[in-house]
Amino acid sequence: MDLQSAKMIGAGLAAIGTGAAAIGVGFVFGQFLNSALRNPAAADGQQGRLFLGFALAELLGLMAFTVALLILFVF
Amino acid sequence: MAGKIDPMHQFTVEPLVPLHIGRYDISLTNSAAWMIAALVVIALFMWGGMKRQVVPGRWQMAVEGLTGFIDDLVQVNIGPEGKKFTPYIFSLFTFILVANLLGLLPLAIVPGWHPFTPTSHFSITGLLAIMSFSLVLIVGFWRHGFHFFSLFVPHGTPVYMLPLIIPIEIVSFLVRPFSLALRLFVAMMSGHILMDVFGSFIANGFGAGSPVGFGVGVISFIFIVGVGALELLVCALQAYVFALLTSLYLNDAINLH
Repeated sequence: MDLQSAKMIGAGLAAIGTGAAAIGVGFVFGQFLNSALRNPAAADGQQGRLFLGFALAELLGLMAFTVALLILFVF
Repeated sequence: MAGKIDPMHQFTVEPLVPLHIGRYDISLTNSAAWMIAALVVIALFMWGGMKRQVVPGRWQMAVEGLTGFIDDLVQVNIGPEGKKFTPYIFSLFTFILVANLLGLLPLAIVPGWHPFTPTSHFSITGLLAIMSFSLVLIVGFWRHGFHFFSLFVPHGTPVYMLPLIIPIEIVSFLVRPFSLALRLFVAMMSGHILMDVFGSFIANGFGAGSPVGFGVGVISFIFIVGVGALELLVCALQAYVFALLTSLYLNDAINLH
């Protein structure tokens, strides 16, 4: 296998991480809705934590995306 | 015929007005021009709504809604002592939001033009993140002196856990500016790449002249409408997340946890 094909395969594998982040983001919002529907009165006060959790989960997927881009365009 | 898809071309920084001082290149680039455009839009928007009428019109209501939103954010996350940081959070939020939204304008229908998103460049988002991070450091050391380092020791940590907890807290603290910058930059950039790739699918699909190509074009068109709506949401969400995280970090520095 030459370097070019190996890079393409590596970038594709790195993109799997974004799917894993999708699971994480879905988990954050799903759990939030799950509990917000049980106690809607308390839901608004937790929006900051909701978006904090969302941001943290999303960041890891973005890092996978960055790795894919680095493999494709930098090395 | 099918053209080559080049999604990275839209991110090239080109000098519009070449300007050199000594060995330094300080040309006005398209990036700088779009940042100035964002500034002009914000200034016009704010100017139209600052007439301080007793019975506010629609425009003033819009401006008051925006300022009230950020004021609320700061009040909830920092508390009464965060009042003096409201202008900073507000500038951060409006600049990122407007720069993001301007980058989505369909200006490419004018030949030779294409919109540019300053926030899709790590140098811009990195600078914004460094500003926030330095503000946190300055405020933290100003208010608490070396007591600021107690940020690395959460309350109620057992002593034998400290060698483990402190390095983790230090790393999570030092990674903050990178996470702030990277999130905004990658979200903007990946969205624009996605739209560019599917836009090329439409052009190439309809240009191919075969039924399969036509089908691909139609599907891509339906898809890109959805992606466009999602991008609008992402623009607002990323600006909100940046402002929110900055205020949370400031809260850490002001109140120590």
